Amino acid sequence: MDTLDLARWQFAITTVYHFFFVPVTISLVAITAGLQTAWYRTGKEKYLRLTKFYGKLFLINIAMGVVTGLVQEFQFGMNWSDYSRFVGDVFGAPLALEGLLAFFLESTFIGLWIFGWERLPKLVHLGCIWMVVLGTQLSAYFILSANSWMQHPVGFRYNAARGRAELTDLWAVLTNKVVLVTYPHTIFAAFMVGGAFVAGVALWHLLRRPGVDKDVFRSALKIGASVVLVASVGVAISGDLQGKVMTEVQPMKMAAAEALYETEKPAAFSAFTVGTLDGSKEIFSIKVPYLLSFLATGHFDGEVKGINSLQAAYEQLYGPGSYKPNIPLTYWTFRLMIGVGMLSAAIALWLLWTTRRGRGPARWLIWVTAPLPLLPLVANTFGWVFTETGRQPWLVFGLLPTASGVSPGTTGGEVITSLVGFTLLYGALAVVEAKLMLRTIRGGLAGTDAPPDTGPDQPDKPLSFAY
Amino acid sequence: MELTTVWFIAIAMLWTGYFVLEGFDFGVGMLYRVLGRNEPERRAAIEAIGPVWDGNEVWLIMAGAATFAAFPEWYATLFSGFYLPLFFILVGLIVRGVALEYRGKRDDPVWRSRMDIMIVVGSVLPALLWGVAFGNIVRGVPLDAAHEYVGSFGTLLNPFALLGGLTFVAVFVTHGAIFLALRTTDDLRVRATRLATRVGVVAAVLAIAFLVWAQVLRGDTASVVIAVAAIVAFAGALVANILRREGWAFLGSTLAIGLAVVSLFVALFPDVMPSTLAPGSTLTVVGAASSSYTLKVMTIITAIFLPLVLLYQGWTYWVFRKRVVAA
Repeated sequence: MDTLDLARWQFAITTVYHFFFVPVTISLVAITAGLQTAWYRTGKEKYLRLTKFYGKLFLINIAMGVVTGLVQEFQFGMNWSDYSRFVGDVFGAPLALEGLLAFFLESTFIGLWIFGWERLPKLVHLGCIWMVVLGTQLSAYFILSANSWMQHPVGFRYNAARGRAELTDLWAVLTNKVVLVTYPHTIFAAFMVGGAFVAGVALWHLLRRPGVDKDVFRSALKIGASVVLVASVGVAISGDLQGKVMTEVQPMKMAAAEALYETEKPAAFSAFTVGTLDGSKEIFSIKVPYLLSFLATGHFDGEVKGINSLQAAYEQLYGPGSYKPNIPLTYWTFRLMIGVGMLSAAIALWLLWTTRRGRGPARWLIWVTAPLPLLPLVANTFGWVFTETGRQPWLVFGLLPTASGVSPGTTGGEVITSLVGFTLLYGALAVVEAKLMLRTIRGGLAGTDAPPDTGPDQPDKPLSFAY
Repeated sequence: MELTTVWFIAIAMLWTGYFVLEGFDFGVGMLYRVLGRNEPERRAAIEAIGPVWDGNEVWLIMAGAATFAAFPEWYATLFSGFYLPLFFILVGLIVRGVALEYRGKRDDPVWRSRMDIMIVVGSVLPALLWGVAFGNIVRGVPLDAAHEYVGSFGTLLNPFALLGGLTFVAVFVTHGAIFLALRTTDDLRVRATRLATRVGVVAAVLAIAFLVWAQVLRGDTASVVIAVAAIVAFAGALVANILRREGWAFLGSTLAIGLAVVSLFVALFPDVMPSTLAPGSTLTVVGAASSSYTLKVMTIITAIFLPLVLLYQGWTYWVFRKRVVAA
């Protein structure tokens, strides 16, 4: 492997790993804020206990999200310095906005929330967690704006003298049609993860110790499953819109997602195909007629361009070379994203049904509890792998090939050092994090019983909650 | 004023803010195992930085992101050139961040002592390596005509940069000890003051050597004046510390770190990455900068939102102004 491959592997590993924690954090903080609001409004103790329980799990997660996010910012410069030179003028702005508007907000108000239970008035303390929610949302928006610019560059001009893209319209970057559909899709997908997590943890408690805190966990189960269901509708709608935008701006990605070699009109959606993915042989397939046309264009008889004609068109435009992404990878990640996502929505619906009107969950459901929180997370991961690998061979679509973005002066040894280093470190942290999560989950609501004291300083209290 | 200059100042301010703020929480991270004789004391020390260290670290993220946006060439050259030190800084910040968050989540001495090791390592590594990195930026490194770093890891470990690393560590430990003296009570407070005095003398010697050497390498009148002011402020901090005027001592160490960093940036200007190979390969403020549109937009947005950030970060310090009691 050369420096380019190593740098790509490193980016893939660190980014996918980082994104295990992002959706959990985004949704869990909002759900926690919702629970705390419910406590503030109703005064019911169960909401306070759930706030503290899920809040603790949120904190364990965001710690990992924050530290792995740090690597993301720096590795653009470390491994992709020519990319940074090329796009910094445009790409740096949303990144800087993320820091200025989102990270300061998040980190400051998390500190206030953790340590402020006994020091701040209730309403102010509640406001703190909502500020964190605002911070995570802004952060998601700005970083997706930056990413969307790589998928569909807008609001810039190419400066030939300096060999770089220069920003001409920040507003165009922030209202890129790709980010307008990607942001809701990503956020809804994140809420599927958080909802499934809340529901899965609650279900596990209900089954393991049916007598303990039954009512509290029943509420949590219902809240979590409902969040998954509502979010899955959002994911489907935004995903559909996103598909149409993607077909328009990155037709090759849609063609690759479907392994559609020849242009079709109308085009059928391939639900499942076994065959050689170069399109020469098909052994077995399930196809839904007209569906791909509709997904891609909004019309049942719309034309969907195939890989071969797009390749020819791109050669005309950009010169000789392959403009095809890794087709099996794009094909399968696209399918698995949708399939696994739908499966988790179905399980959430099933959970709500089996626990309706006071019914307890069936014992065998315990087998569902472990994978349930992970399913939407897996779908999220497939979604990102799909959208990022589907952009290849471009780093910035149509402007900068991936191979041209890598740091020219960086040695293979340096990249291997950091690749191996980060991978080992991330692996070890995963074990620590998972153990701590499981411990905290197993601990249940113990320690969340007492409402926070409003009396004089009790240095022990906030610590037992947070640090 | 040219926008490129404005942004050079902005980035200098971000690094200054970062070292002043994270400086004391690095310091606390490095010494709380030594100062805290039992678990309640250690916990009190950690609680003193608990509500703010995360916000302090965002100053680094901001410095990185602002450099990326305002001076992409600087960002690209610096971060690819200083590859391995940055890698170790990141490793340090990762283990430290996780350990700070996870330390109190299990009531188990073995767990805590593991987290303690991670916090100490994660505080020493970045403090030391940022010192090395800044030493190298000021001293200059081998850059070719395309502003690519052509040295090796060993090139970065020159005596001046290593002195910078040691200086950063010693000064941050002093800064952290003074902060703890200000924020805690009883025995812990007394011990922190005593440690600040002892380490402070070493730090003062190192800092004077480093700043003088830096001015010899690349100084002008303004930077010399500021560096002298930094040394005076540090001396004042040590005197105030001995007199147990903790607030004044902390103000002094804050000013000292702030002025010292500013003196380095003033000495550097208008270069951002001096080349030791050929003057033409030196990366300057203008050569590294983004387009004027980008700088303008960012100036407007920063002017609106930065005061807000300062306001609520300041509020955090106000909310947690009471001393932490070890119990």
